[in-house]
Amino acid sequence: MPAVSKGDGMRGLAVFISDIRNCKSKEAEIKRINKELANIRSKFKGDKALDGYSKKKYVCKLLFIFLLGHDIDFGHMEAVNLLSSNKYTEKQIGYLFISVLVNSNSELIRLINNAIKNDLSSRNPTFMCLALHCIANVGSREMAEAFAGEIPRILVAGDTMDSVKQSAALCLLRLYKTSPDLVLMGEWTSRVVHLLNDQHMGVVTAAISLITCLSQKNPDEFKTCVSLAVSRLSRIVSSASTDLQDYTYYFVPAPWLSCKLLRLLQCYPPPEDGAVKGRLVECLETILNKAQEPPKSKKVQHSNAKNAILFEAISLIIHYDSEPNLLVRACNQLGQFLQHRETNLRYLALESMCTLASSEFSHEAVKTHIETVINALKTERDVSVRQRAADLLYAMCDRSNAKQIVAEMLSYLETADYSIREEMVLKVAILAEKYAVDYSWYVDTILNLIRIAGDYVSEEVWYRVIQIVINRDDVQGYAAKTVFEALQAPACHENMVKVGGYILGEFGNLIAGDPRSSPLVQFNLLHSKFHLCSVPTRALLLSAYIKFINLFPETKSTIQEVLRSDSQIRNSDVELQQRAVEYLKLSSIASTDVLATVLEEMPPFPERESSILAKLKKKKGPGAVSVNELEEGKREGGELNGGGERGGDSSAIAASNASTPSPSADLLGLRTGPPVTAAAPSAGSLLVDVFSEAGVNDDGFLSSTPPSVVSEDPATPLPESNELLNKFVCKNNGVLFENQLLQIGIKSEYRQNLGRMYLFYGNKTSVQFVTFTTTVTCPGELQSQLNVQSKTVEPLIEGGAQVQQVINIECLTDFTDAPLLNIKFRYGGALQNLTLKLPVTINKFFQPTEMASHDFFQRWKQLSQPQQEAQKIFKANNAMDTEVLKAKLLGLGMALLENVDPNPENFVCAGVIQTKAQQVGSLLRLEPNAQAQMYRLTVRSSKDTVSKRLCELLAEQF
Amino acid sequence: MQFMLLFSRQGKLRLQKWYVPLSDKEKKKITRELVQTVLARKPKMCSFLEWRDLKIVYKRYASLYFCCAIEDQDNELITLEIIHRYVELLDKYFGSVCELDIIFNFEKAYFILDEFLLGGEAQETSKKNVLKAIEQADLLQEVRRLCFLKAFRGQKHFAVQVS
Repeated sequence: MPAVSKGDGMRGLAVFISDIRNCKSKEAEIKRINKELANIRSKFKGDKALDGYSKKKYVCKLLFIFLLGHDIDFGHMEAVNLLSSNKYTEKQIGYLFISVLVNSNSELIRLINNAIKNDLSSRNPTFMCLALHCIANVGSREMAEAFAGEIPRILVAGDTMDSVKQSAALCLLRLYKTSPDLVLMGEWTSRVVHLLNDQHMGVVTAAISLITCLSQKNPDEFKTCVSLAVSRLSRIVSSASTDLQDYTYYFVPAPWLSCKLLRLLQCYPPPEDGAVKGRLVECLETILNKAQEPPKSKKVQHSNAKNAILFEAISLIIHYDSEPNLLVRACNQLGQFLQHRETNLRYLALESMCTLASSEFSHEAVKTHIETVINALKTERDVSVRQRAADLLYAMCDRSNAKQIVAEMLSYLETADYSIREEMVLKVAILAEKYAVDYSWYVDTILNLIRIAGDYVSEEVWYRVIQIVINRDDVQGYAAKTVFEALQAPACHENMVKVGGYILGEFGNLIAGDPRSSPLVQFNLLHSKFHLCSVPTRALLLSAYIKFINLFPETKSTIQEVLRSDSQIRNSDVELQQRAVEYLKLSSIASTDVLATVLEEMPPFPERESSILAKLKKKKGPGAVSVNELEEGKREGGELNGGGERGGDSSAIAASNASTPSPSADLLGLRTGPPVTAAAPSAGSLLVDVFSEAGVNDDGFLSSTPPSVVSEDPATPLPESNELLNKFVCKNNGVLFENQLLQIGIKSEYRQNLGRMYLFYGNKTSVQFVTFTTTVTCPGELQSQLNVQSKTVEPLIEGGAQVQQVINIECLTDFTDAPLLNIKFRYGGALQNLTLKLPVTINKFFQPTEMASHDFFQRWKQLSQPQQEAQKIFKANNAMDTEVLKAKLLGLGMALLENVDPNPENFVCAGVIQTKAQQVGSLLRLEPNAQAQMYRLTVRSSKDTVSKRLCELLAEQF
Repeated sequence: MQFMLLFSRQGKLRLQKWYVPLSDKEKKKITRELVQTVLARKPKMCSFLEWRDLKIVYKRYASLYFCCAIEDQDNELITLEIIHRYVELLDKYFGSVCELDIIFNFEKAYFILDEFLLGGEAQETSKKNVLKAIEQADLLQEVRRLCFLKAFRGQKHFAVQVS
């Protein structure tokens, strides 16, 4: 090889590049470029046909200009022309330009594809390779469409040159990645797999990338590659360092191919065939053994190549997770690397150990390195290595070492890099929760977290500590004491004030006996922080104050004074002003009873996945937190949440408990906070499932009841019949159904437990309906709940005519399902058959009940058993217009009570459902949240099924 | 591999190879961000870093940084050696390669890369075979030679680190 650089001698290009390099300023460079662009444009536009060399030179200059970062909007055509040149270098430059600068100009794509097609069929391997490189570089859908069928043939043909095969394999891989639907291996599959046996190492190296990608997507079709890969790997691993000639790299035989083979094997479970498996284990052992041998070269390339294979082998061992011996050996090897002088190796060892820590076989072995890892966290100079160390500590944490690891992480946090603080905070919070044996340790840890890195403590973290304190009564007193002490610090982080305010507001009474933390002292302490806090925190503090009034009547006058001050009651912030006004009013007019109800202690939060774990998962992307870990987190989180203690209760009760936050929840301004979001997916959604299936008789819930006797025709109602039913919950008259033939109108009236319904069947066509019959049935248990009698109708309806049917309904007891109306008739010879739900719903039998505020709250309180309440939080489907809401609630049949709810935005209603068997008193509260466009609907009634059904029906109305 | 960038200590991009479809705007943004990140790192730091959802593997040779973005399951060390093998190929082809060779013969740098890596995967790892392919192509043309007196231009060539 000559020591001079070779070019193809485009002197003009070299001069231009020199000029650009000599430009002293950006402006000069742009000037020079514009001059050149003008020159090239004039050459391209000139009359004189350019020779290939000049064209190549100018296209190359354009490419250079583009790569400098300037836009190029011409020259594409000239580049395409170069593709059909017979001169190799001209063609080559043309392809390079296209590869770098292709845009989806359809006209050009066709021309480019034509040129590629010609080169592919030229049988000149150099030209074929150029064309394949171009496809692989561009990889567009258009190219996939044109060539995805052709390339597999080139890849497996017996007479294809090795270099062309290599290009074809990777070209196909690129097309498969962009358009998997267009690359169909089908008949080629086995021949492609057998490329693993090819004599040419280069062909194997290229083909295995393709095979790996295809195996990931279609493991079954490619599974024969496993034994081929094992034998190839075994040959490489056992070869002497010189056997493979030029494929040996710094005394390491075929490192790239070895890594790719080990990577391919990670697409599959351990081989089932004992011989294959034995051979593979031997390979892995050899690789581990070689790591202990003295290096054959001092060059870093030697050790890198060798260790690249080692790490890939360890990945495979971890992937199999079935060979304890190999796992422990891998762990020991990585342990050695933890103290290696090469930073790269320390980094990779920490990273790899993270996955080993999650294997039951090697978890203990990983744990033995704890001191080294903690040391790395403290002393590594590179933040990315420290990050790995923190990850590994997190991964190796379990009950035995949690206290040590959490303490180390906390102390590291004090000096940690800003870039990783938030993640560290999440991790500490999760570990503290997951491995908390005593909850005072947990509370201490989180408060420390807020103290050390308050700015990085996200909402999820402080929500979580509150959830846990609320759910664990054994820690509430300690928590109150600890936050009280923490708040003594002259400068506290705002998050500490939030936690402090919330916890003292709930549990301040637990420490009020001590004169050093008497109610007034607590209040003054909280209020001393008030002025330094942001609006949301102040809002929270105001809620804490009103809770104080309830907990400690002696603080009432002091707090009222504060609420009454101009800075509160006239605060320019609407939220703060509203709270101050409402709380002041509430504290002055409500009786202690009402106050105690409204401000009762927060109910336990429902069991669910830890919000912080979810956040970490989101932050790190899927896969970063193993499934195993998530499940474990869920389980342990649940336990913490108090679900464990409640384990004996039925899940239904737990669910309805979950949805029973006290009415004070919204008063406390936590609408967007934990209680509401927590309640949302609970009981409500469970009920939806049950009821939406109820119309169809095959539902498991309903099939436990005796099958319907009346129902001769198990016709399923129209899919939209539920919707039709919902239309009539709040009204009695209207069009029930309409299609091209038939219109059904409805008029109904109800008194006490009796109802009468008039159905009007209108023939919309000009042809008569014959054998017109209707049947009303009560499916399932409904037949014992409703008594429905219908008169028969005329069997013939003339075109354009209408017939009427009267139906009498008696409500025997409360019910959830609706009667079915089946209609059959012949129209022009064709039998028409449809089934609808008759809009008879439980609320039709309501008698409105007027009552005063005092009575309402008293009854509300009486209906406090969890089953008696049903609650739903749902999104507004329509505009939140007060008048419309009122009309609907009146249509429901209950009395709409004015001036009862302390919040004028809310609606409360009362009514009694009249059935033959009993009367069911019901109370309802609807809380619109205009900002979130959400409603919370709470229904309490003396019968649980009624609450559920009403809630269900109403939730569809707004 | 998703892409490979070569840039100078001054942050000038010398070669860019993208193996995933991205808009020009996105490419420029990534380049700017990565060049900044890598140049800010100190010499003894490790060659790998997490960046977005990718792993960055980089190494400095004389005045040039070679920087590859690989996916989560890809092998960092072998990528480091991909960089090295590419440097060796350039060195062998140009004869003690330096940054100027890559500036003035950028198209050659691309051709060599295409012979070595295709679609982001190693196509041919044998130095002999890659160079043979390039040599063959050179034979197909009338080679006019352009000399650079490297000593005169005072560029340190990579060989310092290559050998």
